[in-house]
Amino acid sequence: MFDLDRFEEIWITISRNKVRSFLTGFGVFWGIFMLVIMLGAGSGLERGMMKNIDGFATNSCFFYSSTTSEAYKGFKKGRSWNLKNRDVEAIKNSVKELDCLSPMLWGVRSNNNVAYNNKASSFSVRGLYPDYTKIEQQRMRFGRFINDVDILYKRKVCVIGTKVHEDLFVNKENPLGFYIRVNGIYYMVVGVASSFSEISIGGRAEESVIIPFSTMQQINNQGDRVHFLGATAKPGVDAQVLEDKIKQVIMAQNNIAPTDKQAVGSFNIEKQFKIFDNLFLGISLLVWIVGMGTLFAGVIGVSNIMLVTVKERTREIGVRRALGAKPATIMAQIMSEGLLLTSISGVSGLCFGVAVLSLVGMVMEQAADGSSFLGSPIVPFNAAVQSMVVLLVSGLISGAIPAWRALKIKAIDAIREE
Amino acid sequence: MIKLTDINKTYFNGSPLHVLKGIDLHIKKGEMVSIMGASGSGKSTLLNILGVLDTYDTGSYYLDNLLIKNLSETKAAELRNQKIGFIFQSFNLINFKNALENVALPLYYQGIKRKKRNEIALEYLDQMGLKDWAHHMPNELSGGQKQRIAIARALIAKPQVILADEPTGALDSKTSLEVIQILRDVNMTGMTMIIVTHEQGVADATDKIIRLRDGIIESIKEKKQEFQNHI
Repeated sequence: MFDLDRFEEIWITISRNKVRSFLTGFGVFWGIFMLVIMLGAGSGLERGMMKNIDGFATNSCFFYSSTTSEAYKGFKKGRSWNLKNRDVEAIKNSVKELDCLSPMLWGVRSNNNVAYNNKASSFSVRGLYPDYTKIEQQRMRFGRFINDVDILYKRKVCVIGTKVHEDLFVNKENPLGFYIRVNGIYYMVVGVASSFSEISIGGRAEESVIIPFSTMQQINNQGDRVHFLGATAKPGVDAQVLEDKIKQVIMAQNNIAPTDKQAVGSFNIEKQFKIFDNLFLGISLLVWIVGMGTLFAGVIGVSNIMLVTVKERTREIGVRRALGAKPATIMAQIMSEGLLLTSISGVSGLCFGVAVLSLVGMVMEQAADGSSFLGSPIVPFNAAVQSMVVLLVSGLISGAIPAWRALKIKAIDAIREE
Repeated sequence: MIKLTDINKTYFNGSPLHVLKGIDLHIKKGEMVSIMGASGSGKSTLLNILGVLDTYDTGSYYLDNLLIKNLSETKAAELRNQKIGFIFQSFNLINFKNALENVALPLYYQGIKRKKRNEIALEYLDQMGLKDWAHHMPNELSGGQKQRIAIARALIAKPQVILADEPTGALDSKTSLEVIQILRDVNMTGMTMIIVTHEQGVADATDKIIRLRDGIIESIKEKKQEFQNHI
């Protein structure tokens, strides 16, 4: 198929008419360039946003108690109630869509409630289960997270956030095995943790002290109360389904009317994620529409100029016909010219776009303070491939109409003197 | 070589225009013929038909014992490429190709490789005395040089017949003489040649003068016969 001789013939036509070729190709160059820039910006925004929620279970839902709004089974409305340990067991036993369940307790945060040596500061305190890491992934700087044995023996141990570590241990030394005072009671530090995501429940992990759920329940005299419940769904199960099922179990357990909309507070992260997802879908759709529009304008430009060019080249094409060029040869030549021109200008647009993006990425990385909502703007490989395919197709289209026009040129037209 | 029998051609642009009204013509191999006539006499149309650039309505046209009728564009292009060499009034060189590439162009359409066709083209340029100008662009050359390049281009495919449409129309009288001499030399090698012209000087250099008038052949004057008659 590829014929060097034919390529040379086409190349001569393009390269010996530099200005014409440049002006023709510029539209496509610009179209691809804009498409790449916009794709990069879009993906940068998406990556930036996704970085914030990375490490947080997207299929999780959460529950808390509130006052009832309906009278039920002899209880009047407006009753206060609490989530209990037995609710946790009941949910674990009856909801098969459940992957992991993590009850939580809120501790007291007061002025300088956390202290070590002569340092003290204020941090939030939470009682958690080991399973909580499946909801909010933790990055361990030192040691480990709360484990099952801590829960079983109600050990007085704690996992501190990185900020807590920095504030209390001035030299940032290994804090494992040291005791810190939290709300008046001493706990041994077993780990230093930070979270991946910017989303957190009940305070940022970096600025929290985590102690075993069972320890906290007893120390704070909470009996069998649970303040908050986090759950994740098994793979493939909609978080909304899980949320509804767990809610039903909780209502049945606590004599709450099944129609009560207020008594069990709940939310699920998946919904929020879907909104994000749709937002980015919308952005990328917009990018493609605008990008394709720009590219399309470029293709029209190429087609237009080539059409004029064909008109201008009537004599040349006529002479070629007289010298024995077959109609198919002429058609192939014009279409190949269009294709080669769009390919060259498109690929250079692509390269230029990627170069500009990586430059922007480098500048941004240097200026970044870690909390930027924009990630490095990088064109995804498949988007680059897609735009190349679009490019080749548009190259063919842009050559088609001029080629068809060129076919209509007869050899006599060239010979006829005006 | 060329045998036209009762060729008719009518153009239908608005009102029908009967351009050729029954042309009978026989041109032997190696002859050098000129076609003369006032504008509108049909000489260009006749040349187009001879060059397989245009079709005719009725009659028959045999080129080298091959009936030329109802050919597809592809077949016609092939025929033009192999059997006919064209020389035009305004040279019709491709202006972004140098002399060598212009001469080699017919061979490109025969599918001959670049190196080979450039070698052949250089030979033909050498014959025309333009070897040193091979890499010049058409706009760097004089009219006479351009026409000699066009002649080389017409010859390169070793055609059966050369068709020249006012080959000296755009040249001064001195260069015209040179070009006519070249055409005469080419004819001497046995090439059949048909020249459309309105210059008597050019026509006088040919063996046979065919005069067209209103689509019919008015007269055919053969110089050799004339010469014999005088004896």
